[in-house]
Amino acid sequence: MKKRYILPVRTMAILLLLSSLIIFMNFRFKSESLIRNSVVGQAHTEFLKTELNAKDSVASVKAFAEVYKVLMSPRCMNCHPSGDVPLQGDDSHLHAMLPKRGKDGKGLYAMKCTNCHQPTNIEGLNKPPGHPDWHLPPANMKMVFEGRTPNQLAKQLVNPRTNGNKSMQQLIEHADDGLVKAGWNPGEGRTLPPLSHEEFKKVWITWIKTGAYAPPPMKAK
Amino acid sequence: MIKLTINKKEHNVDVDPDTPLLWVLRDTLNLVGTKYGCGVAQCGACVVHLNGEAVRSCVTKVSRAEGKKVVTIEGLSETHTHPLQKAWLDLDVSQCGYCQAGQIMSAAVLLKENKNPTDQDIDDAMAGNICRCGTYLRIREAIHAAAKIQRQDA
Repeated sequence: MKKRYILPVRTMAILLLLSSLIIFMNFRFKSESLIRNSVVGQAHTEFLKTELNAKDSVASVKAFAEVYKVLMSPRCMNCHPSGDVPLQGDDSHLHAMLPKRGKDGKGLYAMKCTNCHQPTNIEGLNKPPGHPDWHLPPANMKMVFEGRTPNQLAKQLVNPRTNGNKSMQQLIEHADDGLVKAGWNPGEGRTLPPLSHEEFKKVWITWIKTGAYAPPPMKAK
Repeated sequence: MIKLTINKKEHNVDVDPDTPLLWVLRDTLNLVGTKYGCGVAQCGACVVHLNGEAVRSCVTKVSRAEGKKVVTIEGLSETHTHPLQKAWLDLDVSQCGYCQAGQIMSAAVLLKENKNPTDQDIDDAMAGNICRCGTYLRIREAIHAAAKIQRQDA
């Protein structure tokens, strides 16, 4: 009589254990997906596969908060406008004379960026800042910063389809791009980004190397 | 000594390499067709061509022009019969005339890159050239007329 009941009870117990395990695993998977939220793009996945970095969503999101402050400062955002006219000044107004992006981001006809922006800054208050490669992002990949929330910008930055076809390694290297660094040499009359270039580079790399997580969605700046 | 090629002619000028190209054109070489307006690349009166681009000579250091081809309003056409110059005269575009050299040099780049510009193309190209007399409508009309002359001549 007893033996008759032992088998079903044992089976039930095993089934219960297996169900609990499945529920637990499912919960873990969903949480991970929610936290990662941003982790988009094949490049990112490849990067995480190939780089020996500790994934740390908390540290990553914390680092991105600092990155975001810099990218949304006028020195970076002014050349990543939502429209086709660059922005200008610490109040990010539309660029005087309304020069337009053009196909390659270098302007149109008699209104090309380097017609006024020289290879170096021009001495004097509010005179045109300079760099040999002065340009906006091209028309086919505008890489807009203006109006992006931290969540949106983080996602955009890690996706090669929206970040200028950059791999995660190239993103790291981009911190030392000449035009990026020109933001810290803006010429007289313009404020600097809120972090030094050295500090920015540190948080930028920390953000990427800890998994390039996006902060949770929130209101745009 | 800096070697410059201006309007197909070579010049050796003994100036500081940081001197604005405009200063060299006007003060050293007496090519005074190019005007000084604002000095901060905001008005377009000083536009000349540097390797075919409409640079603002007031903020362009002369060192940038070394080894490149500079064209000023005096050299746009040897006979002063560039389609833009013809159209400008036909339509009597100028009022005071001060900004017109820069206007024509900017328009010349537009017509080189776009043989049949629309009003929007003209606005996009000429937005950086200011005219205190407000001759913008005549400028636009003259650019259309010049484009037509250019197409007929081609």
